[in-house]
Amino acid sequence: MMEQKKPVVLELKNITKNFGDTEVLRGIDLTVHEGQFVTLLGSSGCGKTTTLRIIAGLEYPNDGEVLLEGKPVKNLAPEKRNVNTVFQNYALFPHMNVYNNIAYGLKLKKVSKSETKERVTKMLSLVQLDGFEKRMPSEMSGGQRQRVAIARALINNPKVLLLDEPLGALDLQLRRQMQYELKKLQKKLGITFIYITHDQEEAINMSDVIVVMRDGKFEQAGSPTEIYDHPKTSYVASFVGSANILRGTVTSIKEDTAILSGSCGTMACKTEQYEIKEGSSYTLAVRSESISVWREAKAEQYITGTITEKSFVGGMLRIVVTLEDRSEVVITRQGINFFYDIGEKVCLEWAAQDAVFVDMEGKQDEK
Amino acid sequence: MKKKRVSFSKLYLVIVMLITYLPIAMVVVFSFNDSKLPVAWKGFTWKWYQELFHDAAMIEALKNSLILGFISCAMAAVIGTLGAIGMARVNYKSKGMIEYLSSIPIMVPEIILGMVFMAFFSLLNLPFGMVTLVIAHTAFSIPYVFMMVKARLVGIDKSLEEAARDLGASPSRIFWDITLPLILPAVASGCLLAFAMSFDDVVISIFVNGPRMSTLPIKVYTQMKTGVTPEINALCTIILIVVVLVLLVSSFFRRGKKEYK
Repeated sequence: MMEQKKPVVLELKNITKNFGDTEVLRGIDLTVHEGQFVTLLGSSGCGKTTTLRIIAGLEYPNDGEVLLEGKPVKNLAPEKRNVNTVFQNYALFPHMNVYNNIAYGLKLKKVSKSETKERVTKMLSLVQLDGFEKRMPSEMSGGQRQRVAIARALINNPKVLLLDEPLGALDLQLRRQMQYELKKLQKKLGITFIYITHDQEEAINMSDVIVVMRDGKFEQAGSPTEIYDHPKTSYVASFVGSANILRGTVTSIKEDTAILSGSCGTMACKTEQYEIKEGSSYTLAVRSESISVWREAKAEQYITGTITEKSFVGGMLRIVVTLEDRSEVVITRQGINFFYDIGEKVCLEWAAQDAVFVDMEGKQDEK
Repeated sequence: MKKKRVSFSKLYLVIVMLITYLPIAMVVVFSFNDSKLPVAWKGFTWKWYQELFHDAAMIEALKNSLILGFISCAMAAVIGTLGAIGMARVNYKSKGMIEYLSSIPIMVPEIILGMVFMAFFSLLNLPFGMVTLVIAHTAFSIPYVFMMVKARLVGIDKSLEEAARDLGASPSRIFWDITLPLILPAVASGCLLAFAMSFDDVVISIFVNGPRMSTLPIKVYTQMKTGVTPEINALCTIILIVVVLVLLVSSFFRRGKKEYK
């Protein structure tokens, strides 16, 4: 827990933002410590870009406060904040070559020519573009432009670097490589990164903290493991790692395991920190990879359904089982071998510790 | 069958090209003809060019036209560019209306514009001469620059300005460092158009030029009444050469520099 001891670099306090009649952000609180890699994860339109623009100063919040290193900066123009942004489409100045693009921030600060040259050269080697000084942005590939955009932002030694879906326009392979490089760069420089993406894979690979956003609110914030293994809401569970959401009524509780009965069978789930009451209905999330499939039930708790779909996606076999109540459960398997066919009736089981209760917030208040 | 069609399309092309370029070629050829009448070839001569350069009134008119062209074009460039930039930033409900209004000088027949300018200037008691010419020419040149720059601005990514701000540029620095360099090609082509319009304008100029002031097109026009002299041919040839040179230079620049996008 070294992270906790580092000083707070950025704080958002109860930020709200409306565009006309639409509420884009509804009360956002965020504390970011120095050197953290924070990812705002959410589908498009959830307000993550607006959050970033408010931190950068390109958007003014209707209410709330932005604190940079403890100082309120809400009324500070973007050019006066020690924060830099890597834009989604890179926003490189098309009429300047790579050198001038990267040096622009220093030129505005009236840094001497020799120092500028030194720092630009250093930056270029940091992003592995040595010798590209004279290139124009139009003569570069997407990945190279991306690196220039990062160098241009980093050369100003920002306290916080904001990245708005920087890898969105790159192809899959390059994206994976850049994920790795970005993370390495961030560790090396120790600069706080606030990163926006809608790709859960990216978020999990790179972040120290993931903040899942939905409809202008933070759904859950935590480390990738926390978010993945202990999603608090069904939205987080299904958005991060696409878990299956199931509903049932608790019939019995044995020590720390609750047994629920749903319309298609019975299910087991660890109660963990929650106080579960017998007779109430709850929502569970179960990861697609934790579900085992049998022709005949092996465990006491299982649900039944019919295999309706089998497809091979991204190195994984994806099996869809339709339950009797028409809801679908997705199961994934490594490799291509799967011994059941479409149309077969199967039993689905999982260990109690592989399921988690979600959407408990309202439920806990009911007590 | 196929062969016939090809020859027909070629014939068509030749006819169109002849109709378009033969008169121009004639003008060039007859500017070197040692005869007063543009009917028969009598031999090569530089005479008309010499006469042209000794024609003080013609030179004076040319000078007037150039001054008028440059000043009105420069003023239109500034006003039109600023107008387009301002228009791109604001978001009034009446914006569409204002943009529509701003292109009216192009759509209103010149003869009406000329009359309107004349009535307006005499109402203001402005002495007719270079000042009134400049005002009138600037007014009808602005839409050309405005429309060119506006079209270019649409294609410029808004995040470029935001990126400059993010890196610490003040609004005025953003204009000089980012916006202006990016729209400069559009400003230049708008200016070229505006200059061309100003340089060959007869109708509006005649209404507002005043008794002593004469621009080149007016001069040529009035001389035509007394018959075409080969001197005019020589003048046309010179203008033609200048125009072709400008086009060549601008296309050379355009090829040298790739369009930013």
